[in-house]
Amino acid sequence: MLSVILQDTPIPISANPVIETPEIVWSSLAPHLILILGGILLLTLVSLLRGKAPSWFHAAWTVVVAGAALGSLWPLWSRVQEDGPQTLIAGAVGLDGFSLFVTGIICVSVILSALLLEGYLRRENLVGPEWYVLMLLSASGGVIMASANDLIVLFIGLEILSVAAYVLASMHSRRISSSEAGLKYLILGAFSSAFLLYGIAMTYGATGSTNLVRIQQFLVDTVLIKNGMLLAGFAFMIVGLGFKVAAVPFHFWAPDVYQGSPTPISGYMASGIKAAGFAGFIRVFVVTFGGTYAQQWRPMVYALAVLSLLVGAYMALIQTNVKRMLAYSSIAHAGFILIGVTVATDKGTSAALFYLLVYAFMVTGSFGVVGIIGREGDGKHSLDDYQGLGKTRPGLALIFAVFLLAQAGVPFTGGFLSKFYVINAAVAEEQYVLAVIAMVSAVIAAYLYLRIIVSMYFAGADDHGVSPEMANPPAKKVPAGAAIALGIAVFATLWLGIVPDTVTSVANEAVARLVAFQG
Amino acid sequence: MELIWLIPAFPVVGFVVLVLFGRLLGKPAAGWFASAMVAGSFATTLVVFLDLLSTQSAQRVFEQKLYTWMPAGSFTATFGLMADPLSIMMCLFVTGIATLIHIYSIGYMRDDENFSKFFIYLNLFVASMLLLVLGNNLLLTFLGWEGVGLCSFLLIGFWHTDLANSSAAKKAFVANRIGDFGFMVGIFLVWVTVGSINYADIRAYAPNLAAGTATAMALLFFLGATGKSAQLPLYTWLPDAMAGPTPVSALMHAATMVTAGVYLMVRLNPILHEAGWANDVIAWVGVATALVAATIAVAQNDIKKVLAYSTVSQLGYMFLAVGTHNYVAAMFHMVTHAFFKALLFLGSGSVIVGMAHEQDMRRYGNLRKYMPITAGTFIIGWLAIAGVPPLSGFWSKDEILAGAFNAGPAGPVLWLLGLITALLTAFYMTRQVIMTFYGDEKWREDAHAEAHAGADEAAEAGDEATGAPVATAVAAVDHAHDDHHGLTPDHEPVESPWTMTFPLVVLAGFSIVAGVLNLPFSDKLERLGNWLHPVIIGEHHMPNAPVLFGLASGAITTSIVGILIGYAVYEKRKADPSKIELSVLARGWFIDESYSKFMGGPGRAFYQGVADFDSKIVDGVVNGVGKGSLGIGRLIRPAQSGIIRTYALGFGVGAVLLLVFVVTRMSL
Repeated sequence: MLSVILQDTPIPISANPVIETPEIVWSSLAPHLILILGGILLLTLVSLLRGKAPSWFHAAWTVVVAGAALGSLWPLWSRVQEDGPQTLIAGAVGLDGFSLFVTGIICVSVILSALLLEGYLRRENLVGPEWYVLMLLSASGGVIMASANDLIVLFIGLEILSVAAYVLASMHSRRISSSEAGLKYLILGAFSSAFLLYGIAMTYGATGSTNLVRIQQFLVDTVLIKNGMLLAGFAFMIVGLGFKVAAVPFHFWAPDVYQGSPTPISGYMASGIKAAGFAGFIRVFVVTFGGTYAQQWRPMVYALAVLSLLVGAYMALIQTNVKRMLAYSSIAHAGFILIGVTVATDKGTSAALFYLLVYAFMVTGSFGVVGIIGREGDGKHSLDDYQGLGKTRPGLALIFAVFLLAQAGVPFTGGFLSKFYVINAAVAEEQYVLAVIAMVSAVIAAYLYLRIIVSMYFAGADDHGVSPEMANPPAKKVPAGAAIALGIAVFATLWLGIVPDTVTSVANEAVARLVAFQG
Repeated sequence: MELIWLIPAFPVVGFVVLVLFGRLLGKPAAGWFASAMVAGSFATTLVVFLDLLSTQSAQRVFEQKLYTWMPAGSFTATFGLMADPLSIMMCLFVTGIATLIHIYSIGYMRDDENFSKFFIYLNLFVASMLLLVLGNNLLLTFLGWEGVGLCSFLLIGFWHTDLANSSAAKKAFVANRIGDFGFMVGIFLVWVTVGSINYADIRAYAPNLAAGTATAMALLFFLGATGKSAQLPLYTWLPDAMAGPTPVSALMHAATMVTAGVYLMVRLNPILHEAGWANDVIAWVGVATALVAATIAVAQNDIKKVLAYSTVSQLGYMFLAVGTHNYVAAMFHMVTHAFFKALLFLGSGSVIVGMAHEQDMRRYGNLRKYMPITAGTFIIGWLAIAGVPPLSGFWSKDEILAGAFNAGPAGPVLWLLGLITALLTAFYMTRQVIMTFYGDEKWREDAHAEAHAGADEAAEAGDEATGAPVATAVAAVDHAHDDHHGLTPDHEPVESPWTMTFPLVVLAGFSIVAGVLNLPFSDKLERLGNWLHPVIIGEHHMPNAPVLFGLASGAITTSIVGILIGYAVYEKRKADPSKIELSVLARGWFIDESYSKFMGGPGRAFYQGVADFDSKIVDGVVNGVGKGSLGIGRLIRPAQSGIIRTYALGFGVGAVLLLVFVVTRMSL
């Protein structure tokens, strides 16, 4: 093994040591700062107002904050497009098209979830700004993950993201399943964090740095004769990140947690948290270890992708609880996105990004509908509860059908194109087997979505009379916030399928790049 | 020709407007509006057609790129339309017939509460069909293909309060998905080999295709076509699809949508030209379908089921023509068939309305007295499909058979099988006409006993698998009863309103004269052949004139013999019909049933029985995927126990497996 001595700047020894603080370009951190400050301000404001704020205020605030973060992406994007990617805070954080795109997805997910949450909380007689504060903080963790340029920063982002999510999962205090979900998520999450941290430590041991640029530079300059420690680091980091994106076999938590969590939160988990997890995945593996080391980790991610595609679709099929079905189907979707990761090309990355964006709309929308159908107590999620929905609540049923068809990958919806791009990326790398497995998974999953649609439109209205489930109480009006969120989500799902050019060109430019820090 | 985008735009506008204001427009304005949109589309097509006609035949291709729909690296799918002789010919008869059927539907659906919804679907269907035909690349065709599939799904299940209808809709959906799989893989194969999915590029590249690749492509697309065009082995959905409203059967399941598979094959004729034995497969599947479906049609008692099997059979003819490189004949028959089969379906719809929604022909009889226009036009359709000259069906069918005769060593066998089919066709159509329009007025007999016979028949011949058909059989009986209640012995049938008879008369006119499109007497009279010439690669030779004449006389004789046998059996009662209408035929050679049995549940379980859908699909999937996956299931399901310890264990196992992999890879 070649011994390499890292040329760190020697710390000046003097009586009054001056610690140099790195220069920080605050404006480049805008999305992140807006989310964190917005969350904290909300908490403070509400305690000052002492309950005088109307119930919609929290949601509106959250939407405005996330919207502002989303808006701040535009100047940053043009900055990145003009000056190229850059690093900040002494190389700890990277600002590139990729991080901005993922930030955008997370903000979208927060906006939609907050809108859905508003009506949900009112219906469930749950109050408090904490829901929104936690969501904003969790999102800020996701943003840190997306722009992390250092494994430690990545880990910190992941923890910020997760701790808030653990609490959110268990916030519906009257539902025992919600507490159970939070607890399970916490324990298994801690378990997976340990794996990730251990992986980071091993990588540090093998390369002498946690900074992604330095790691990459080291691996380019050095030939590792003994690579065992590095590869073990890969394996452990894959376990940790695989947990976050709910890839098989690290998926066990997902069905229970998605099912138990308050429904709009499940939507947020499936869209925002998943996007952040994939951002970490891509930045560490595709970007940092993408070169010669890709062949070392690729088979592992490949296996995860195949397993997720098949197990997710298969298990989804045999569920009778719609929320649980969506959880398993989200595992299958993770398999699709992992295809984009495993090919480790720019094409794969932009396909994964496009997929994550489309999926954010589809899945928050789906969970939004499920949350409304779930009715008071958030418990009516059996497939039987969807019988005859096409008659009793035609609008809601139609919207849900659009989301389901999109998830199934029907043309003219974003779901079709996202699957197409991912498979396209696999074919471009001559990964035909993977492409075929993906198509098989899509076919299996199509039955699942069809099953729900059939239940909504064709069952319950036959000669057998009105089933007890059909005796719905008169449909309540869909809350305004939820209506807006569903409208946005449906529009985006279709728009991305019909005129995808506007977004795909952005996704194609949103490639992740590591840039060395020039101090 | 720049107007070409207007052709699909009209029905799209119709669709959007009706979605937004359909209820506001109400009856019958919504229907008239939808019809006007399709008529506008027809008028535009005419303009483009005349434009195309005025250019030189070699330059009759016009492409219009609207926008780039799907950029993906080197691969781009443009949203472009292509007007060439083939696509415009399709557009002409699709929009023409669709206009008539829209008008007809205004009458037919006049009592339906979802009147405007029906026209929303119809307009969407026309738009999708035009996209399918006009698209300049495979992906757009595929989009249209899925679109028409969706509309068909929605319209079959239009009266989805009705159990039989919604399960038929699902059946159609599933059969089409199987076919679509072939189509999708085919597109990928084309893209990987040719590097483009534009028809122009495919055509330019086709001569360089390796024979094996071309064969694979042809077979994959043919799989897609068997699904959409209801060929063996995927035809079973079409007869069930008759559960939908009759105008839908006429428009989609006879005239336009089901011919999409034939269109696709003709469109891809440059590939077929290189595809070797795949053509034989197409020809044999076609002729086998034609024969099998014709035998089944002989024993059906539902007026629409006869026509449905007849459609399957006629589509088989078209594939026979495609497989023998006789593309002109395939297109010719597609057009004439569209006229006379739409006519027959609309005629049957008129009868059904007149007979209080009774569809069992055994309760008809002597209706020519009550419904003269329907009867007269129906008889024209009958003579056309039976192949009596000089009606249109004779010319196109004869061209297919003559072409098949000339197709290599197996040609005469193909021809003979086709001829037997023609005999059967003449026979079962005669049977239908006599049972419906001649003989005694059978509904005046004891209605109650008849109703029960009909219900039993429905239970028996409703091709239920012996698995758990009880619920559905009972439902079928209920269904039959529902439909029977209107038809009492003192029922007086009346002729349908003019919105329904007008299309009949127009279609009857076309059914008579459409033969002039392509007469075999001189090169100049082969108008369709000359028109399509630039689109088709390779030459197809008809037999010499004396042989051709001999074959034609044979065909005419066969038709007349078929009609005479039918006359002897059903009018003169020279033989016992039950000797001919074997139950094996009535039940479609048990093909449908064996599918269900073979698949151990999922097939039938999937599309039958909405009520027990849930339990069935679980079993179906588990059984269908087989014992192997049952093992997997056993392995996985307990793992998802809800207990955190188990989850952590799974986690750990995963991590250990990854580490094991690392150990095999690493260099210590």
